[in-house]
Amino acid sequence: MSANQVVESLLALSQQEELVDLPKDYLLSESEDEGDGDGERKHQKLLEAISSLDGKNRRKSAERSEASLKVSEFNVSSEGSGEKLVLADLLEPVKTSSFLATVKKQLNRVKSKKVVELPLNKEKIEQIHREAAFGKTSQILSKWDPVILKNRQAEQLAFPLGKEQPAIAPIEHVLSGWKARTPLEQEIFTLLHKNKQPVTDPLLTPVEKASLHAMSLEEAKMRRAELQRARALQSYYEAKARREKKIKSKKYHKLVKKGKAKKALKEFEQLRKANPAAALEELEKIEKARMMERMSLKHQNSGKWAKSKAIMAKYDLEARQAMQEQLAKNKELTQKLQVASESEEEEGGAEEVEELLVPDAVNEVQMNVNGPNPWMLRSCTSDTKEAAAEEDPEQLPEPVAHEVSESEGEERPEAEDDTLLREFEERRSLRKRSELNQDAEPAGSQETKDSSSQEVLSELRALSQKLKENHQSRKQKASSEGTVPQVQREEPAPEEEEPLLLQRPERVQTLEELEKEECFQNKELSRPVLEGHWSEKIPNNHPDAPKEKKKEEEMIDLQNLLTTQSLSVKSLAVPTIEMLEDEVERNQRQMIKEAFAGDDVIRDFLKEKREAAEASKPKDVDLTLPGWGEWGGVGLKPSAKKRRRFLIKAPEGPPRKDKNLPNVIINEKRNIHAAAHQVRVLPYPFTHHRQFERTIQTPIGFTWNTQRAFQKLTTPKVITKPGHIIKPIKAEDVGYRSSSRSDISVIQRNPKRVTTRHKKQLKKNSAD
Amino acid sequence: METAPKPGRDVPPKKDKLQTKKKKPRRYWEEETVPTAAGASPGPPPNKKNRELRPQGAKSTHILKKSRISKKPQVQKKPREWKNSESQRSLSGAQDPFPGPAPVPVEVVQKFCRIDKSRKLPQSKAKARSRLEVAEAEEEETSIKAARSELLLAEEPGFLEGEDGEDTAKICQADIVEAVDIASAAKHFDLNLRQFGPYRLNYSRTGRHLAFGGRRGHVAALDWVTKKLMCEINVMEAVRDIRFLHSEALLAVAQNRWLHIYDNQGIELHCIRRCDRVTRLEFLPFHFLLATASETGFLTYLDVSVGKIVAALNARAGRLDVMSQNPYNAVIHLGHSNGTVSLWSPAMKEPLAKILCHRGGVRAVAVDSTGTHMATSGLDHQLKVFDLRGTFQPLSTRTLPHGAGHLAFSQRGLLVAGMGDVVNIWAGQGKASPPSLEQPYLTHRLSGPVHGLQFCPFEDVLGVGHSGGITSMLVPGAAEPNFDGLESNPYRSRKQRQEWEVKALLEKVPAELICLDPRALAEVDVISLEQRKKEQIERLGYDPEAKAPFQPKPKQKGRSSTASLVKRKRKVMDEEHRDKVRQSLEQQQELQQQKEAKTKPTGAWPSALDRFVR
Repeated sequence: MSANQVVESLLALSQQEELVDLPKDYLLSESEDEGDGDGERKHQKLLEAISSLDGKNRRKSAERSEASLKVSEFNVSSEGSGEKLVLADLLEPVKTSSFLATVKKQLNRVKSKKVVELPLNKEKIEQIHREAAFGKTSQILSKWDPVILKNRQAEQLAFPLGKEQPAIAPIEHVLSGWKARTPLEQEIFTLLHKNKQPVTDPLLTPVEKASLHAMSLEEAKMRRAELQRARALQSYYEAKARREKKIKSKKYHKLVKKGKAKKALKEFEQLRKANPAAALEELEKIEKARMMERMSLKHQNSGKWAKSKAIMAKYDLEARQAMQEQLAKNKELTQKLQVASESEEEEGGAEEVEELLVPDAVNEVQMNVNGPNPWMLRSCTSDTKEAAAEEDPEQLPEPVAHEVSESEGEERPEAEDDTLLREFEERRSLRKRSELNQDAEPAGSQETKDSSSQEVLSELRALSQKLKENHQSRKQKASSEGTVPQVQREEPAPEEEEPLLLQRPERVQTLEELEKEECFQNKELSRPVLEGHWSEKIPNNHPDAPKEKKKEEEMIDLQNLLTTQSLSVKSLAVPTIEMLEDEVERNQRQMIKEAFAGDDVIRDFLKEKREAAEASKPKDVDLTLPGWGEWGGVGLKPSAKKRRRFLIKAPEGPPRKDKNLPNVIINEKRNIHAAAHQVRVLPYPFTHHRQFERTIQTPIGFTWNTQRAFQKLTTPKVITKPGHIIKPIKAEDVGYRSSSRSDISVIQRNPKRVTTRHKKQLKKNSAD
Repeated sequence: METAPKPGRDVPPKKDKLQTKKKKPRRYWEEETVPTAAGASPGPPPNKKNRELRPQGAKSTHILKKSRISKKPQVQKKPREWKNSESQRSLSGAQDPFPGPAPVPVEVVQKFCRIDKSRKLPQSKAKARSRLEVAEAEEEETSIKAARSELLLAEEPGFLEGEDGEDTAKICQADIVEAVDIASAAKHFDLNLRQFGPYRLNYSRTGRHLAFGGRRGHVAALDWVTKKLMCEINVMEAVRDIRFLHSEALLAVAQNRWLHIYDNQGIELHCIRRCDRVTRLEFLPFHFLLATASETGFLTYLDVSVGKIVAALNARAGRLDVMSQNPYNAVIHLGHSNGTVSLWSPAMKEPLAKILCHRGGVRAVAVDSTGTHMATSGLDHQLKVFDLRGTFQPLSTRTLPHGAGHLAFSQRGLLVAGMGDVVNIWAGQGKASPPSLEQPYLTHRLSGPVHGLQFCPFEDVLGVGHSGGITSMLVPGAAEPNFDGLESNPYRSRKQRQEWEVKALLEKVPAELICLDPRALAEVDVISLEQRKKEQIERLGYDPEAKAPFQPKPKQKGRSSTASLVKRKRKVMDEEHRDKVRQSLEQQQELQQQKEAKTKPTGAWPSALDRFVR
């Protein structure tokens, strides 16, 4: 059966190669079933033949799979086991011997030893060394960075680097080191001492000091800082308490309680030894606690817990024990004692307990408020400390509240704390809420933004397409409409900012443009003659063209400019002029008009202006070669197509400065002589010329500045002391220790030696 | 910190309210005037300029019986910052009642600020930003210092003010002379020189010396304050114009044929034959240029420091006889017979600008000291004041009965016009404001037609040359009351003058720097910068400063397929494209809105039938 399976599997392989043989194979396999003994050998042969056909299985032919031929002298069969040959297996003899054991051991030892890795090649090692050295050096050098930065940004550097001059000591310090020696001095000092005059440091009488104290801002600040600290501490304490309160483990609480009790006992013992009076007080306190406990129903076995435990006690040993414990405690507590303490003392004790719980700093507030410092009150109201007062209002009411609550003797001191805590909590919650709101808002806006941006994107595509079309159509319109100057006027404003040189000549694209070019040239010749009437004519012809209108307005503006009726001076105090009457003036005006009837100043000026504008405009370049590629000769003009192709249109320059000034011609030519004095290269940190211009706008000459400002503006960047050696900067100069510097020097001096040494070490390691 | 704070002004105005509410407790030390802290440090030595400033009581004509003096309004002080001065407690424990630097009026500081902060700067790197910050801090500091030193300008200008509706123009010279002190009264005088015909005159830059030349050859120079004559000659030739050179020691006289230069002794030093038939002279003091306008139509610039002709420009407008200089930018203004005024610089062959001012020819031109206003008068009897700051439009126009033949501006912007034998003076609101031509400030009648006019620098005096001689008349408020002792000191000695001369020569401004906007010199030459960049791009074959095209980073784990790379690249490209489109759209919308804003107001509701309209 197994043979059959093999055949089938082989068939799948042979199918690809020899489809023709297939029926034959089948026949063979069928015949095999009939004759068993003889057929088997044949079958084996066939299998071999087939398997030899396939390259993969050729190796298998060496192995023998028959049961009869399992053992041979060369081949150790591994059939069935499928495991590797282990070294120990070979050594396994027929019987064990002691010699072999040692060999085995040795073999084991060899195996257990790790294989030593190959040492890295030389280049790699050197690279690693270099990297390490670089890292170390750069780290050492990086500490100089702030010094370098400081020196670079410094307004002035003075060399040689000297130590900075020590600040002049305040006179108080000088005086403190001085002692009275001569008798006169001593006498004076005694006098001073008698009158309680301060001799040294503050040099103030107590009264003065108090007055100073009263208004000192620093004290207020310090106090505020203290308060803040206290508040912070309290909040920490609260947090801790809350955390501990949250712990649900009863065992933990039990432990804590026990620990506290133990501690208290220990302390009490110590106190008794050290200070009996204090111990007595402590005892009273304990007594009071006991009394409180007694008053409560805590250990009467009447609580919920106790009842449940009572039920469980029958079966549970632990519950029983707990019950017993409680009962014992109850007994202990209910034992009556004859000592009776005064209520006031008790209260005091209770307060102290509270004080123990709450850090000291919190209570200092009360102390300060109650304190007998009358200056404090004054300082709060004085206007000089407004700043402090503004900060305080939140804090000030609190101490007052404390005072009130304390004065009511009955109230428990805990109430204060409660109020405080409540306040804190409220504040905190408020803060949180506001934060949450802030968080929420931007998120919402972002969402809306996202959605809107998506829409925008989709719209943008469509619009950009439209834009392009618009632009093209406008271009066509402009070209068909008329003369070049108008086109130039239509140019949108943003293009004005485009620098001149970015505009390149471009080829004329359409036939219309070419024609327009021609007609414009023709017009130019005839225009000056027509110019005078031009402005009046055009509005009649094209009433709807807004651009023409604009131009026309400009002209009229100029006319108005020069012919406006200006007021004449009437209030002259001189009799000759007063005599002049309106009629005389009118006559004069008439005369002037007649006198200037001949020469039209305005027309001449306009003509001049137009010529100037034309002259300053960039010229088109015509590259047509007549006769090139077509017939040439006298009277033959190159075809329009050719001319269109080879006419390079000049870019329209920026609009003239006097575009909107009818009565002015401003020369557009560059003053190259002045430009030679201008800055032509942007200095380093600047990326735009306007940035640099801003830094050089203030004049530094002494004509424009005061003497001091001038001196300051022109101080040299580096000052050197003549006749002194300028040594390189040292670590001590800038307040560093010198040890690290030596490191650098070592590395810098002989970096090679270090690496070689390291290498040697490495080699030694590898040898081991 | 150049001046100690006055103890009287310690209370800042803003604190007033507070102080009324809560009374500040008086401290025990407040009676004393800071015994140790303030007294220990004497004020810093006054700087050089301050030393030169002297009281000028003698020359001021401000105090008049008839009129009140209008005083400068008190500038509001900056609120003082209360500083925390715990650290610097002094020996006695007393504190400085005026801590911190002395306050400076903001307006005055603003006056000295030169950086135009209104212009937006492109985004800058950290390093550039720090440099900008340093520059701004420096500017602020220097301007504060300048504002502090303003305190030393002790003199204040004053004007004539009529008592309730009284016309100041009716106040005649005799009244003024009667009212002022003797020294000032002595400044009004008449030189009766009928013999040598109409006079031209010129004051030296310090305002101390006066030179005048008569048509018939009379040339004289004198210290007009002391009336000490320096020289008096007759050049035996027609004198067209006369002008002091940089100092009072040299005198240029435009004679009938050539230009001559005399010294203060009247000795002829030079005869410059290249400048012939000169009609008008102007001296540019900072460039050491003598500009001459000639009958032949040439404007010639002569460098008097080296004696070379810098430029000879053909104005191509016929005879030139109207000329004035713009003291702000040293541009020469020429008036022409075709009603235009052309502005010239020696660096350009063509005029920098041409302004059409009058229908008739231009008779006189004058530019004020700040360079913002130009007054012209023409044959059409009109007097116009133009704005020179870019627009060149007339600010005010006035028709005068005879028209003004001569015009001049004073240092504080008073405009004088000579009309026949009458001199009319107009005043403006302040220094930089244009003179209002409605009401004349003063008028004066002379014994002959006016031929030359000039306000005396640093003195409230107007010199008028006419056919009857010279008249020096008092014009209150005409001149700058404070002078710069280092620049033009009327009281300087000979030695000081020589010293100043050397310094001025060292600081001579090259002639080619004259241009319409002198501040443009402090700008980067963008055109050549662009040119350079273009050349560099051509040389390198790429733009070194251009933004590198986006190159997607290769990603790991098989996500770095070519398709995904292309996709990512496309994404970035699209984003950039979108940005561009967005920008252009915004621009378009703005344009449209503007258009709509223009067209909207006319419209009734559009009708449905409008679509059929063709």
